Amino acid sequence: MNRLNKLFANKKDNLLSIYYTAGYPELNTTLDIAEALEKAGADFLEIGFPYSDPVADGPTIQHSSQQALDNGMTLNLLFEQLKDLRKRVTIPILLMGYVNPIVQFGVERFCKKAAEAGVDGVIVPDLPMYEYETLYAGFFKDNNLSNIFLVTPQTSADRIRKIDELSNSFIYLLSSSSITGGNLDVSDSIEDYYKRIKAMQLKNPTIIGFGIADNATFKKACEYANGAIVGSKFVKLLETEDYLNKIPAFIKAIRPS
Amino acid sequence: MKYGVNEQGYYGDFGGAYVPEMLYPNVEELRQKYLSIINDADFKAEFDLLLKDYVGRPSPLYYAKRYSEKYGANIFLKREDLNHTGSHKINNAIGQILLAQRLGKKRIIAETGAGQHGVATATVCALKGIECVVYMGEVDMARQAPNVSRMKMLGAKVVPAKSGSKTLKDATNEALRDWIANPVDTHYIIGSVVGPYPYPDMVARFQSIISLEAKKQLFEHTGKELPEYVMACVGGGSNAMGMFYHFLDDESVKLIAVEAAGKGVDSGHSAATTFLGREGVLHGSRTILMQTDDGQVVEPYSISAGLDYPGIGPQHAHLYKINRAQYTSVTDDEALQAGLLCCQLEGIIPAIESAHALAQLEKMKFKKDDNVIICLSGRGDKDLDTYIKYFGY
Repeated sequence: MNRLNKLFANKKDNLLSIYYTAGYPELNTTLDIAEALEKAGADFLEIGFPYSDPVADGPTIQHSSQQALDNGMTLNLLFEQLKDLRKRVTIPILLMGYVNPIVQFGVERFCKKAAEAGVDGVIVPDLPMYEYETLYAGFFKDNNLSNIFLVTPQTSADRIRKIDELSNSFIYLLSSSSITGGNLDVSDSIEDYYKRIKAMQLKNPTIIGFGIADNATFKKACEYANGAIVGSKFVKLLETEDYLNKIPAFIKAIRPS
Repeated sequence: MKYGVNEQGYYGDFGGAYVPEMLYPNVEELRQKYLSIINDADFKAEFDLLLKDYVGRPSPLYYAKRYSEKYGANIFLKREDLNHTGSHKINNAIGQILLAQRLGKKRIIAETGAGQHGVATATVCALKGIECVVYMGEVDMARQAPNVSRMKMLGAKVVPAKSGSKTLKDATNEALRDWIANPVDTHYIIGSVVGPYPYPDMVARFQSIISLEAKKQLFEHTGKELPEYVMACVGGGSNAMGMFYHFLDDESVKLIAVEAAGKGVDSGHSAATTFLGREGVLHGSRTILMQTDDGQVVEPYSISAGLDYPGIGPQHAHLYKINRAQYTSVTDDEALQAGLLCCQLEGIIPAIESAHALAQLEKMKFKKDDNVIICLSGRGDKDLDTYIKYFGY
């Protein structure tokens, strides 16, 4: 049981997660942002580590990644920053990023460092299931890290079952087949997709991401899943002045209760 | 084939399909169907006919007499520059448009560096009346302006890639993002032997016509089954893989792949991937790429837009690692000088990409009767501005 499992065991509805890119807009505010988000009521966080070629991301997160790299963010520095993580933050933390920086860092070493820092899970969009299973799953298990898989409206039922089997905390449902930063798809076909997933009665909770930007889209997502993730919209807040003090109002606007 | 891809999409340690879930269904559909489609008799007949009547194949294997005298061996040029649209890129574009039709796709996207693949793709889309969107780095659009105009005349929409280095890798990122957003109706015609499996294998098969012809043609010229050397330039590596393909299992044939050293391998302005790169993941496959210690992709440099890519195809990475092919590099200056020499000795203006392979001739030690095949992958019309500026004509 890691912190994610405990969270999902105790809370089933309206979970709110926030994504942000480490090293953006300033190099050394990674933990300040995490602390502020916890105080404001976020249930868990995804801290992105930047990559030069983020193919699954739209302009907002691309920009934050490039800026973070220009600021000097690296995986080594991020783990340095995370040394005090568990002195300051108690909610579950996931790291999110692309596979190449992890491969260069060493996958086993990455998992160990993440566990030492008190990280609970990892999201690597371009790490395929086959490579995860055959090469890396052992490192994740040894370090009590959850690997989070993505599901899109095009993912087949068989594959969703397999993902459910390999997952041990939650499944990340993409609200559409798109890059990050788009609008929430509210078409009939997308409703069918959520209903189809719900009817499968998966063993893992589901969290919806991509296109969640306000209370309306958050509520919509929570009708079908255990919660939702806000990314690009929050990264945009970080572009503004005095962003740390604006975090409570941001969270309240998305989830008023 | 000993050096071919395995069922999981790997060549030794390299390959695979490192794609986000959003791309998985597209890539999986291709994986399941590509072999049955391209091995189908109807597909083969249409592919062969178009290569013959539309592309103008077989491309000649030209015995370059004055080169041969200069370098003391029998030098043959495989004339891909004479293909319709001016380079080998058309071979793959024809193959993939026929595949896309059979997959029921209504829209084509592509990335392009020098513009040769973009032009080839725009051409086959015009041929088949299919919508075409080409992503091209903003920097490349400026240095290959004639090709941008050609694509537009052929009816394609050219979208500038404005992120990162604004060159080929960024155009590839943008094309992948487009494919994520349009998963059902769109086929992505990747122009080189890169990307997630099955692309490296599929593109290599379409380009393998180069070596299939060359092998027969060499026999007609010399009565010999095999050459001593086969040489080609490598960016992503599609002309090289096409040129090597049917010689891979003939271990006596020395395969030479020439990368772009730019201003010099140690200058900080280079695209010599095997010299400067390490193993990692780029654009969907595990391969060798130029990157920082932190795993960020390094922006490459070459005067040749078609070689200005930070990785190489996974099969090349494998051939490099096991020493089946020799990877070397030549600088901008060496390539341009070789391009001019080709004009003056053989009356052929080569693409600057292909001129890299020609420049390697200067560094080789041949025996008198050695037969050497070099892939002249494209013609130099698109590079006239660069040549003119460099030599001051």
